[in-house]
Amino acid sequence: MNTRVTIAGVDFKNPVMTASGTFGSGMEYSEFVDLDKLGAVVTKGVANVPWPGNPTPRVAEVYGGMLNAIGLQNPGIDVFLERDIPFLKQYDTRIIVNVCGKTVEDYVDVVERLGEEPAVSMLEINVSCPNVKEGAIAFGQKADALYHITQEIKKHARQPIIMKLSPNVTDITEMARAAEAAGADALSLINTITGMKIDIHKRQFAIANKTGGMSGPAIKPIAVRMVYQTAQAVKIPIIGMGGIASAEDAIEFLLAGATAVSIGAMNFINPYTTEEVVEGIEDYMRRYGVEDVRELIGAVR
Amino acid sequence: MKQKQNARVISQREIAPQIFDMWIATDLCRQAKPGQFICIYPKNKSTLLPRPISICQTDSERGALRVVYRVAGQGTAEFSEYREGDSIAILGTLGNGFPIEEAKGKKVFLMGGGIGIPPMVELSRVLTESLGMAKEDVQIVVGYRDLETFLKEDLEKYGTVTIATEDGSVGTKGNVMDAIASNGLTADLIFSCGPMPMLRAIKRYGEEKGINAYLSLEEHMACGVGACLGCVVKTKEADHHSHVHNARICTDGPVFEAKEVDI
Repeated sequence: MNTRVTIAGVDFKNPVMTASGTFGSGMEYSEFVDLDKLGAVVTKGVANVPWPGNPTPRVAEVYGGMLNAIGLQNPGIDVFLERDIPFLKQYDTRIIVNVCGKTVEDYVDVVERLGEEPAVSMLEINVSCPNVKEGAIAFGQKADALYHITQEIKKHARQPIIMKLSPNVTDITEMARAAEAAGADALSLINTITGMKIDIHKRQFAIANKTGGMSGPAIKPIAVRMVYQTAQAVKIPIIGMGGIASAEDAIEFLLAGATAVSIGAMNFINPYTTEEVVEGIEDYMRRYGVEDVRELIGAVR
Repeated sequence: MKQKQNARVISQREIAPQIFDMWIATDLCRQAKPGQFICIYPKNKSTLLPRPISICQTDSERGALRVVYRVAGQGTAEFSEYREGDSIAILGTLGNGFPIEEAKGKKVFLMGGGIGIPPMVELSRVLTESLGMAKEDVQIVVGYRDLETFLKEDLEKYGTVTIATEDGSVGTKGNVMDAIASNGLTADLIFSCGPMPMLRAIKRYGEEKGINAYLSLEEHMACGVGACLGCVVKTKEADHHSHVHNARICTDGPVFEAKEVDI
């Protein structure tokens, strides 16, 4: 039975990854999960300098999910290279680093620094965080801006790049096509969906940033739909995510056209989710006599 | 070591309106330190996030851990319906806890306000039972809304209790600071947990008197283990983890030295 998948020439032992921002750099969850069992750890977004993030409250619960507006707090690329990469190198899993920035130059700066680190297999470019005012989402909601930044990053990147797409657009396939045309090696989707919650007792926003990105099981049907549409529109591989809570959910994304999947908010609810999804996919393959997990990718059209 | 497990409820009762007292059978009681907390996961799939709740007491002999919490929303409302024998999903033990070694040879204030009172039971128990401190040196000052002085009898076992109530029905009318002033109480060290205005007042008081104060903070959390960066507090110095003056309450705290945090 084969569970290996390949994305842009990078081989993964299985299609299960962590979603950026929900898993730190793996340190905290390594107490619960054997990181060796995962296809890849996708790190929290890292910028060229430390970012303080947004004021609190940064998280709120909503029906079947949550809102967050962390604001990409991160210690900057220097600390990240000294601390987080050496930690992850101890494990037999792929490292994908999520890169964020306020300007094209910021992204390029980080991408070039990471180019010197052979342990990093791929770069995921965050052009879809809804919680920071400059950069990020500004590049991810207009096809021409996305095309431009993808092209610029591709010029400087030593590793294959994954463009992480926002669902907060009219037509995700237009964005996907722009990224592909500009040379993106892969796509990941969906990032969180912009939402809002008001505390009626305090008569104020539940999140200091007013809006937050919604994640969790409640958004899964939207994510599956977008992965399916995108898979019909582009040829490059897709990493699917959005509300995956179980192996059954992960398999839905594979069938919709994703080559790999990421577990996000569910890590908070069940810290063992990633490992359980890996095992659950194998159980499913045994049950249905699937010899190669790649047979599942895009099998429902 | 942190662990998520399915434990059993030993008992539960309402000890004041909307305040519930639950004992849980779990070996986590043996690793728990005063001031640490556990996360409890609702079974209702629409309320997904774990609820961080402070540890009120542990009993290693019985293998039991006690939480006393206020029903504040759907999650805690669900917990309040659990009965003896029911399963309960918990993660623990979390956070740093109070630096109890610092209390040795000192007279210490344990100050709790409202639902910040429960951790003072375990803290006072450990100070008197494990560290052998005299009850006179464990000055417990607690603030309630009214005559519903939950956990008062438990606290009296392990320290000298002074009470303030907002409506003046028991003890000093006012808050814990009023209770200290009107009773002329003094101490060399403060351990505290409660609402933010109370913690701010304690921080100021500690600065004025030149006394070290430790504050147990709370914030909305998602993961509870330091990964999501949801529950941060502004710190004076850039901390070792964030490098941006944002310590994680769940992992670097919840207990902070007052002078370290900007609240």
